[in-house]
Amino acid sequence: MIENKTREKEDEGMASNSRRDFLKKSSVITAIALTPVAAVKASDLKLDERLSEAIEQMSLSIEINGQQYNLKVEPRLTLLDLLRERLKLTGTKKGCDQGQCGACTVHVDGVRTNSCLSLAVMNDGAKVTTIEGLANGHELHPMQEAFIKHDGFQCGYCTPGQIMSAVACIHEGHANSETEIREFMSGNICRCGAYANIVNAIREVKAGGKV
Amino acid sequence: MSKKHLENADMELAMSRVDGRVKVTGAAKYTAEVQLPELTYGVLVESTVGQGVITSIDTKKAEWAPGVIAVISHLNTPGVPEYKLQNQDVIQKQLRVFNDANVYFNGQPIAVVVADTLERAQYGASLVKVTYSKEKSFSNLKDNIARAIVPKKAKADPKGMTSDFIRGRAEAYKDAEFQVNEEYIQPSEAHHPMELHSIIATWDAEDKLTLVDKTQGSQQTAASIAKSFQLPAENVKVLSTYVGGAFGSALRVWPHEIVAILAAKKVQKPVKLVLHRNQMSYMVGYRPYTLQKVAIGASKDGKILGLSHESYGKTSMYEEFTENVLIMSRMMYDIPNVDTKYRIVPLNVSTPAPMRGPGEATGSFALECAIDELSYKLKMDPIELRLVNYAAQDPDKKIPWSSNFLKECYQLGADKIGWNKRKAEPDSIQDGEWKVGYGVATGTFGAFRNAASVKATFKPDGTLLLQSAIADIGPGTATSMTAIAAKNLGIQPENIAFQLGNSTFPKAPMQGGSNTVATVGSAVVATCDNLKVELAKRAAKQKPEWNNAIPKNISIVGTQLVNSDEPSSKVEIASLFKEDNLSELVIKGDAAPGEESKKYSFYSFSVHFIEAHVHELTGVVRIKNAVSVIDCGTVVSPKTARSQSMGGIVGGIGMALMEDVVIDDRTGRTVTASFGDYHVPVQADIPQMEMMFVNEKDPYLNPMGSKGLGEIVIIGVAPAVANAVYNATGKRVRHLPITPDKLI
Ligand code: FES
Ligand code: FES
Repeated sequence: MIENKTREKEDEGMASNSRRDFLKKSSVITAIALTPVAAVKASDLKLDERLSEAIEQMSLSIEINGQQYNLKVEPRLTLLDLLRERLKLTGTKKGCDQGQCGACTVHVDGVRTNSCLSLAVMNDGAKVTTIEGLANGHELHPMQEAFIKHDGFQCGYCTPGQIMSAVACIHEGHANSETEIREFMSGNICRCGAYANIVNAIREVKAGGKV
Repeated sequence: MSKKHLENADMELAMSRVDGRVKVTGAAKYTAEVQLPELTYGVLVESTVGQGVITSIDTKKAEWAPGVIAVISHLNTPGVPEYKLQNQDVIQKQLRVFNDANVYFNGQPIAVVVADTLERAQYGASLVKVTYSKEKSFSNLKDNIARAIVPKKAKADPKGMTSDFIRGRAEAYKDAEFQVNEEYIQPSEAHHPMELHSIIATWDAEDKLTLVDKTQGSQQTAASIAKSFQLPAENVKVLSTYVGGAFGSALRVWPHEIVAILAAKKVQKPVKLVLHRNQMSYMVGYRPYTLQKVAIGASKDGKILGLSHESYGKTSMYEEFTENVLIMSRMMYDIPNVDTKYRIVPLNVSTPAPMRGPGEATGSFALECAIDELSYKLKMDPIELRLVNYAAQDPDKKIPWSSNFLKECYQLGADKIGWNKRKAEPDSIQDGEWKVGYGVATGTFGAFRNAASVKATFKPDGTLLLQSAIADIGPGTATSMTAIAAKNLGIQPENIAFQLGNSTFPKAPMQGGSNTVATVGSAVVATCDNLKVELAKRAAKQKPEWNNAIPKNISIVGTQLVNSDEPSSKVEIASLFKEDNLSELVIKGDAAPGEESKKYSFYSFSVHFIEAHVHELTGVVRIKNAVSVIDCGTVVSPKTARSQSMGGIVGGIGMALMEDVVIDDRTGRTVTASFGDYHVPVQADIPQMEMMFVNEKDPYLNPMGSKGLGEIVIIGVAPAVANAVYNATGKRVRHLPITPDKLI
């Protein structure tokens, strides 16, 4: 009834303590499952699903905007939903949930990443920066300043993703010309059409050398 | 004469958005981000057939899945009371959510799974098994044109834009020496604002609802929901503080909103329901696929003698959607003989919705391409052709324009783009492997004004809070309203706050149809004037000369109230609160349109110029330069107005070159639902652009001298692109989008 094989496979590559955790719990379930009457009843009432709910939590240790989090999460939870739904860090946006719009862009160990395409548990031990962690206290990041000055947005929904992408674009060395910026910022859709202003903001920050 | 018009450089340094900081720091909370205790998550189950009847819904597995609280469908819905009433509006018949087993389109919401986390609700929804008795579905307009009907609206309003219309003679184009007679197709286009449509529904009591909802009209949504659930109007509160774009998709209540409210009733907890990106292409409206036939005839000198224009648009099986596709053909040019015919074709699709420049954007594509085609037949410059047919007054209503600076628009834009570089003969400019062409087209949209009120709270420290129920879907409403108040009162913008998006705030219309500045701005002016009168009354108790002060001359300078007529009569603001020990002054102001629309015809105008480069081997089109010149009256907030116009060009480029909701007619399923298949312009598609505003006041619409902007910035862009592509290649594409396959 319990598919230990698949579970173990999923378990591979995960932190060793979560593996121990899992084995402990799974033996409890095996004990229940081995009682024939209980097994039938459990299956009838779909108790197996109820039990698996209790065990399908994995440990995740992650640093977000300088703060350390030690969490238990379901393996199917995305980094984006971890941020938005569990940690209430709603600055990172969900625009498509399938890697096609860039609204969910965050920095994972300094690299821009679509957080909707990354499972939270894949980021164990990682350092994540979101839009909430970009400013230095009350002092805005130069890219945030430049977006305000050049009006690099209208509705503002794509904006956190654009800004995180823009900062990374300069760090990567992909902001040397207008054409290059356009190419390397093309993963971030702005339906309000603030593209030209976004380019101008990035060019100014790049020229100022403040990133 | 000093230059009045505005160019990029004049506008880039203007006042920045007042909500810039919250938007660049991620602090702005959009609908799905509002935190409520005991929140649950709803995920929709959709029909997988285009037409038929549900024969069974097996929810057992879903109900037993971990974390699932409820599965709701037509079998166990708490019900929408309005559905039981007789005499419902027959034209606007919304899809009746979970009302029965009928399926009208593929993707129709037929059940919802509510769980304690999003993942569990999603998984639960995947476990619901549905069987159907499937019927043949019809989703292709061309194949089903025989099903076209005259909309009920036309019968109800025989003078309206959807009724058959003749000015002069019908089909007079046939008698003209030079003729164009063609068919144009605008495919369905999805709004796809970046923020997904979302709602959080909470029943505060048996008869009391609070909705955090993505809407373009908090009060209109509240009223519609109150009607559906038969609740007292004041018992429905709607909040939409930040709206991440909409473009028309949030102008009405959609099924998923009703679903969330039903679900919240069932589970007795707040339910959050966020649409998936793919659902955004068929659950919240779209610009409908429209086939148009335009025939136009002119004499040798370019004078147009006759214009015939027919339109066939998609609508759903349960509701009639109409829009003003034909209005521009009736009023834009001085043509003696015009006839129009408007039809809709009910199909197994969801109901369309107004999308930015609704109707007019579709109509202008056909009309402005046909005019361009005529210019080549006449061997006449297309700007010249438009000027020959310039209407000195509204030929439809036969009254003067309130203001019309189209001629200035043509001139300014032609100079800016370098129209003299254009060759009259198509396919004559080559730049390496690229063919180069120039195109122009005109746009227009009615300039409207509605009634609104604003509440002001003024404090002794000189700070001002203004409140209105209006939404801000992106143009920067708080910014333009702050600019209007700052200008009127003399207060620094940083001392003004403008709050919006709350149905309990003073009355405002929906944000749609480019009416916000004219409507709410007028109420801001009225409120500021009322505030000045009240302050002067109070000042008069200290210095009697204030009795004669008129609002126009009163301003707030630093901490003082000043009358420019009597500079010596200054008083300290704080002192005006002392006598009755007030901590704040609360003032309301109302504004409504008068009789002006009987005397004048109100329209905004735009002229768009495009330089297109077409790759000769691959057929790829690149927009190299775009210039829009806009007559929207006085520009209230230049920086945001410029951005809004650029957004219009971007939307128009999408419409012209890539956007296409494709339906598999065998199943009725949308195949271009995701951004992977439904292409919208990205950064690499968009050049630097020049936005220009004539910036001449409209004397009659409102005290600011403004007209509307949000629609005219996209209306006319797609035909300008199509015309530029023709000029570059000699290939006329009359079926949007202009994809490379149509050019090679
Ligand atoms: S939400 Fe991640 S790319 Fe769109
Ligand atoms: S600012 Fe609205 S989508 Fe970019």
